[in-house]
Amino acid sequence: MIEKITTYSEKETIEIAQNFESEKFPNMVICLDGDLGSGKTVFTKGFAQALGIEENITSPTFTIIKEYPNGELPLYHMDVYRLDGNIEGVGIEEYFNKGGVVIIEWADTIEQYLPAERLDIKFKVIDENSRVLKFIPHGQKYEEICGAVL
Amino acid sequence: MKDVYILGIESSCDETSCSIVKNGNEELATVILSQIDIHKNFGGVVPEIASRQHVKNITMVIEECLTKANMKMEEVDAIAVTYGPGLIGSLLIGLEAAKTLAYIYQKPLVPVHHIAGHIYANNLVKEMKFPLLSLVISGGHTELIYMEDHLKFEKLGGTLDDAVGECYDKVARVVGIPYPGGPSIDKMAHEGKSTYDLPLPLNDNSYNFSFSGLKSAVINLNHNEEQKGHVINKEDLAASFQDVVVEIIGKKVEKAIKEKNIKYFITAGGVAANKGIREKLANICEKENIEYSFPEIKYCTDNAAMIAAAGYFYYMDNRISTIEINAKSSDVLK
Repeated sequence: MIEKITTYSEKETIEIAQNFESEKFPNMVICLDGDLGSGKTVFTKGFAQALGIEENITSPTFTIIKEYPNGELPLYHMDVYRLDGNIEGVGIEEYFNKGGVVIIEWADTIEQYLPAERLDIKFKVIDENSRVLKFIPHGQKYEEICGAVL
Repeated sequence: MKDVYILGIESSCDETSCSIVKNGNEELATVILSQIDIHKNFGGVVPEIASRQHVKNITMVIEECLTKANMKMEEVDAIAVTYGPGLIGSLLIGLEAAKTLAYIYQKPLVPVHHIAGHIYANNLVKEMKFPLLSLVISGGHTELIYMEDHLKFEKLGGTLDDAVGECYDKVARVVGIPYPGGPSIDKMAHEGKSTYDLPLPLNDNSYNFSFSGLKSAVINLNHNEEQKGHVINKEDLAASFQDVVVEIIGKKVEKAIKEKNIKYFITAGGVAANKGIREKLANICEKENIEYSFPEIKYCTDNAAMIAAAGYFYYMDNRISTIEINAKSSDVLK
């Protein structure tokens, strides 16, 4: 079941991300896609807050992977844009079963390496402040989450 | 006092470098192999390529450095190496090389934080004085660090989202300038006029920065002009963008200089090579009548001399590690 939600401010995008608060589970994988400035990192900030991570979430573009081990579950925040689809030797797959939550920005560039069960969220820019977020769950667990939080 | 020779190794991003520095302030030899030409084809640093290149280069760079300094490993007092933050695959190669050398030659291993290295690059140019304020700006970092004395780092603020160099690179991508975009934007800014209206990002009373909103504002502006059928003047856009960046950085630096009673100001990191930013910061320091130092470009970008310089102070403070230490992709400077 694909769900579409329109947000009219950064704050609303953050609130949606925070709805995942009690629904998260170990080895959860969330893939974010959308243009530069469409709100992928903003969503991750909201999600991290709900995980109880106190550190500020900064862009992982430069280091590809940033780890936040101090929340209720560890968060692994990635930006795979610069890999250009070539993830060999980076070790991304190892994070899928490390017991934390994995959030991947620009995930569509590495689609063949992603786990079959996951949640895809597509961000579309409507105007300066509005975004359409399209939630595409893959697998029973992720269907349930979408049902619970959206 | 006996002279202390530190061999430094740096491989946190796309430069493989080795250097030998005497007493934390005299550079005897430095060798740097940059991969920037390789990465240009990919619009950024590609980690897998980066680590493969580091493996190829590291032994060569270390040997060449010893030859240039006319020294043997036996004459070195300690081995300093960047353990983080950076690209994990790249960091590991420098760190493993350093561990191996430390083990074989029975030398103390001194892990150095990359940002500390950038700050101590200044000590190779001019002796650092305290209380000191350092602005570290690069592709991965934007931080204001206060130092009461050597190795006493206090982070006043930093970016809440994108680093300033990253913002330059992303804005460059929006207007179609090849990697690395920062220096090109700086150059274009000097050819254009600040005609486009862009918001001053995170114009508040904190020492933090935020460049993600500015990036979005540039994207929106570009998009809106395109929709109206206008051709965007890239030089003017670069000038408008740089103006806003320079102003907000200047504002927060000036505030810190006043509030923290700073005697000495330094900048460090790759973006410290930006002419627009340098001019503004020099003006502020002159107005506030404090000493400042902007290291030469070769000390702003990643290099091992800065790691060896910082390594000297770490070593004298007995901050020595066992070879069990791991590389860290992110780590707080303390």
